Amino acid sequence: MGVFNEAWGWFTTSTNWHGEDGIPHRLLQHIGYTALTVVIAVVIAVPLGLWIGHTGRLRGVAVALTGALRALPTLGLLTLVVLWRGIGLTPPITALVVLAIPPLLAGAYAGIESVDPRTVDAARGMGMTEWQVLARVEVPLGLPLLLGGLRSAVLQVVATATIAAYIGLGGLGRYVIDGVAIRDYPQILGGSLIVVVLALALDGAFALLQRLAPA
Amino acid sequence: MTWVKANADRLVELTWQHLWLSVVPVVIGFLLALPLGWWASRYHRFRAPALTLGGVLYSLPSLPLLVIIPGIIGTSFLDPINVAITLTLYAVALLVRTVADAFGQVSAEVLDAASASGYSRWQRAFGVELPLAGPAMLAGIRVASVSTVSLVTVGALIGVSNLGSLFTEGFQRYFTTEIIVGMVLVVSLALVLDGCWVLVGRMLLPWARGRTA
Repeated sequence: MGVFNEAWGWFTTSTNWHGEDGIPHRLLQHIGYTALTVVIAVVIAVPLGLWIGHTGRLRGVAVALTGALRALPTLGLLTLVVLWRGIGLTPPITALVVLAIPPLLAGAYAGIESVDPRTVDAARGMGMTEWQVLARVEVPLGLPLLLGGLRSAVLQVVATATIAAYIGLGGLGRYVIDGVAIRDYPQILGGSLIVVVLALALDGAFALLQRLAPA
Repeated sequence: MTWVKANADRLVELTWQHLWLSVVPVVIGFLLALPLGWWASRYHRFRAPALTLGGVLYSLPSLPLLVIIPGIIGTSFLDPINVAITLTLYAVALLVRTVADAFGQVSAEVLDAASASGYSRWQRAFGVELPLAGPAMLAGIRVASVSTVSLVTVGALIGVSNLGSLFTEGFQRYFTTEIIVGMVLVVSLALVLDGCWVLVGRMLLPWARGRTA
């Protein structure tokens, strides 16, 4: 367990807490990229998923797309996007958005589909418009699965943003990628532990949120 | 294409390396998940903690886990065994839930009927529950297999060679062809393995044919 002592040494070195490469800055960067990516992906995927779930159209396409994207290696997509679009913030964020869409899409349409059709018919029978059915019946009742999709997407982005450090993105993955380059194992381990804690904290927060959501 | 021909030997070698790093974790992961999932479906006290632990494990990011494992078990940082162990953990985490659900959907009446016909506890588990839960478990194995093939590539970042090495090399040399060839090979490998699992399923579970798993 000596390596964990060394990682502790890395944590308690004060220079690792300041400046561009300091832990607070890298952590905020990582959270920032994750938030940006998830917001963009939600704006694209959730309305589309709600529409697919509500109308039942394009369902086959959505299922096939979600399955196919799971087979696509993340690292390949990330490196390819840089060779095509150059370095900077846009190419990695674009790739991260693409990878965050399938879980959100699946959560949205599965959430709507999980609502009992008799409930939906009853809502229509009461004279609700299609928009009212969606907003007041289907979305609230499908919320647990919608949140589940959001949870998977967030965790996926936190993990993939770490890998994206290889193609020059900032954030916590820098410690791992830079550490591998100079064989600095305490730094690799320290950075990895922060990512794991971040993922666990987010997963826990979502678990609480899902418990609070009216199911 | 000329690049593929010139490097055919290396591509074959990387594919083999990738293949064993993908198959071993799924097989071992399933063998571990089988008893755990069975217990989880049988004993309710064990269910919630087992499924929660699996969920938490599955939520851990791959690259960090890949470098934390050698720190815990004391292997060399570059050893391919770290990739195999990490991916086995993911496979177990994913499959425990599938196995538990698969056993859970076997109807209680069928189990009672088996006991009433004089099946012992073990005969019932292997002769009745396992075959009936088989198709749903196969579906879970296929999901685990596809995502494992894709996850192996992350190992290339810490220097464990597999088809993912084509991504890191292609990136460093600014050579798009190499990355695209890598993508095609990884996706093809995932599809071929998936086909193999379907075939294994047809041989071992002939009664499930015609039904969607």
